[in-house]
Formats: sequence, structure tokens, C-alpha cells
Amino acid sequence: MEFSTRSIDGGFAEPVIAAQGVFRALMEAMARPGTVHALPPLAAPPAPLTAEAGAVALTLCDHDTPVWLDPELQGSAEIRDWIGFHTGAPFAFTPAEAHFALVSRPGELIALENFAQGSQDYPDRSATIILQLDTLAAGAPLVLEGPGIETRARLAPAPLPRHLATQWRQNNARFPRGVDLVLTAPGAIACLPRTTRIVETEG
Amino acid sequence: MSDSVAASLAEAPSYNFAYLDEQTKRMIRRAILKGIAIPGYQVPFASREMPMPYGWGTGGVQVTASVIGPDDVLKVIDQGADDTTNAVSIRAFFQKVARVAVTTETARATIIQTRHRIPEHPLTEGQVLVYQVPIPEPLRFLEPRETETRKMHALEEYGLMHVKLYEDIARHGHIATTYAYPVKVEGRYVMDPSPTPKFDNPKMHRSPALQLFGAGREKRIYAIPPYCDVVSLDFEDHPFKVQAFDKPCALCGAENVYLDEVILDDRGGHMFVCSDTDFCEKRRDAGHVGEMTEAAE
Repeated sequence: MEFSTRSIDGGFAEPVIAAQGVFRALMEAMARPGTVHALPPLAAPPAPLTAEAGAVALTLCDHDTPVWLDPELQGSAEIRDWIGFHTGAPFAFTPAEAHFALVSRPGELIALENFAQGSQDYPDRSATIILQLDTLAAGAPLVLEGPGIETRARLAPAPLPRHLATQWRQNNARFPRGVDLVLTAPGAIACLPRTTRIVETEG
Repeated sequence: MSDSVAASLAEAPSYNFAYLDEQTKRMIRRAILKGIAIPGYQVPFASREMPMPYGWGTGGVQVTASVIGPDDVLKVIDQGADDTTNAVSIRAFFQKVARVAVTTETARATIIQTRHRIPEHPLTEGQVLVYQVPIPEPLRFLEPRETETRKMHALEEYGLMHVKLYEDIARHGHIATTYAYPVKVEGRYVMDPSPTPKFDNPKMHRSPALQLFGAGREKRIYAIPPYCDVVSLDFEDHPFKVQAFDKPCALCGAENVYLDEVILDDRGGHMFVCSDTDFCEKRRDAGHVGEMTEAAE
């Protein structure tokens, strides 16, 4: 088996403190949807997996959490080895089995309804989808409402999954079932939990 | 054992940062994120044995240990007090295993772990309030089977809880539940706010702070994100009311705060003082006086 050194390098230099820092940014982002939190480059995974998405994977994934990779990431043996080596997470064969999904090309992502939605009894058994975006501030603005937001919040992420506004309304309608999104961009992170409503899209 | 091995063992760190191993923290962190995404829903988690007995806040301690970092400032309260056994021992625990800064000042703390009170000083954005929860399931005393209560939450079937509150009215003429008063979060899940006095329920509503709940023995984590609607259950003709006190705090004269009764002698002497010790001390430092402090001067 070929095992590139690029699959072994690039983990957290200080795993305990780094994971705590990334988690706090994630927790704040999930608790206050629309807020953007800085994420220093703590992980260095093989491209096209980004430092930010890699750091989130190192923070949350382990042998208990099957991970689904989108076709571009799935196509890279180095990335599969990197995730396997650093987190020990098994890979999900279908999106419905995955606890986490890593997506390098959000614009080509399959419909959100393909991922685990949880059940009415256990809505927590749902997928968290980690999207690699180019920006959280320079895209078409979304206006957000919901728990964690005092009045309204704005976020301008790009590129987004196709028909996100419609898909997200369907996701909202499934509450308490549904998926949660982690949006990563260079140096930054934001979240869209299933409770957040996109009330307006501009452009 | 040779001296050099013994010396190196003595130097070696005894615990991982914040006591828990990293796999446990990841598991708890995933549960916290799910809890935030589904406000009021109790997320099952694989609660660990902690170096303290169940009932001493093992759920809250595990949540705090998974959240806390080296830059945090921790405050721990037990019934509003910073200086009672549970608060002192948990604070000492985190000083030992995480070497974090601690404080008794509500405004300075970034994480506040609490047993059954919400501080009087208003919480702010960026603060995290961690509750220790004994029985997370609000329906448990009405329906002992987990399979049934889970179905009731799934179907949003909360009639039984209203019957319980109605029985209070039938028996006592008013809703006699004074603590662990059930709330509905974002119009969906009925949630146990842990055994806080119902006086504190309104503080949960649209609080700017993130509220996390950990139940160690019952293995559940749940959360209320900031600015979340938290409504105490009631009836149109019996609206929710908090406790009122006849007199202000005997030490600082504060009104509209939660008071504890303190027995002064064996002849029935007693006084009512702020349950929140930090709040009371701050007011006394600022020159406020109450009945007892006036008499002493």
C-alpha cells in the first residue's frame, strides 16, 4: 500500500489546544448563526481539502463517525489516507450513512435530502455537512433569522449548493430532523444550523 | 523504580488538559453542537465516570471540560453561592486539571458552571452558562418509560405536562411547582430547566448567553442558543408568575432578586439574603445596606 508522507504530515501541532480552539469557534458559530469566526491555519491537509475543513474534521471526526467525501475529495488517495491516519474515521459508502460530509465543490453537491436527516425520535442522528467555500463575505447576501440571532444576521457565502434557498426551506420544514451546515472559507468559519431561516436572498 | 524514572514520572503531566481524554471530548463536543442545532432536545451522550460522585455535577463538569480552554475564566456557583462545597470543589478541580483562571465575578467569567441558579447580574454575549442537571427529562415523573417519553417528544405530545400543572391548580388553587418549572423552547421541545427556582425562568428567555445543560448520570446534553424563545408553560387564566418576596435582602437591600432564608438563632430568628453571593457583595461594596447591616452600624 502506498502511503504518502503528505498523508502523515499536516495534523494539529498541538492536538489538545488546537481542537479546543477550533471547537470553540464552531460552537460560537453554531450558537450564533451568521457570525463569522476566525480560524487560523492549524491543519495542513493535502489539497484540495482546505486547512479549515481539515481542522474541523480533526476536531470532530473519529472512529465513531463515518465520513462522506464528495467526488473530488473521494478521488484523492492522499486525502482519504490523511483523514484515515489523523482521525481514524471510517468512510461512508452512501451519504445517508455519514455523520459528517466534506464537500470541496459545494456547487456540485447532491441534494441535502440525500444525507442522514435523523429520525423524529432521534433528530440528532443526522449529518453535519462541511462545505469548502471561497468566501463568507463577498457572495450574494443571505438574510438570516432564528435561534441564536437577535434580530437578523447577514452572511454572503459563495459558492453555495444549487437552489440552496429552496433546499433550506425544505430542511427547515423537516425540523427537528434535518442537516446542519458548517461553512468554511480561507481563515474563517460560520454555521447554518437547521433552525436558521433564510428570509431573504439578494442577487 | 530508579530515581530518574520516578523523577520523570513526577514531572510528567498527570492528566490530559481538562481531565477528559480527547476522544471523550470529541464525543461530547459533537453532542453539544447537535444540542445547539436542536434547541431543547436532549442529545444522548456516553457520559463518563468522573472523579466525583453522580449528583455532584458530573454532567456539568464534562460539558465544561469539553468547552474550556486556557484563556477562559471560570466561575462556579452552587445555589448562587461561590463559596459552598460543590462550587469550591469543582472550581478547584478545574484549577488543577486545566490551570484556568477562576473568578467569582459574574461579569468577568467566560464560562459559568451552575447548580440551580442563574446569576442576578445580566449575562452577555460570549458567556457560556453550564447547568448541572439531575433529571433532564421533564416528563420522567409523569411517564417512567424512556421509550414513551421519547415518543411524546417526537410527536410533540405534551398534554400530560399540562395535566400535571392543572392538577396543581385543582389541589392548591395555583400552579404550585416552584422549581424545575417546565419550559417550551422555540415553540417545540418541552424542557426541564434543571432545578432552578422558577424565579430564574424569565432569565432564560432570549438570553444573550449560550446555555448548555449536562446530565451525567442520565447521559443527556441539551442546549439553548442565545436569543431563543423560552416560555414557561401556563394557562390563560393561571399565567406564569415568579416568586415575590415581602422584604428586600437583609444585607444589601436588593429587591427583585432571589432570596435565601438564613436561620439566625433557635428562637425563630431568621433573615432573607441574596442567594447570589457575588451580586450581594458587589452591592454592599457599592454602599448599599439592608436591615441587618444598618442595625450593625
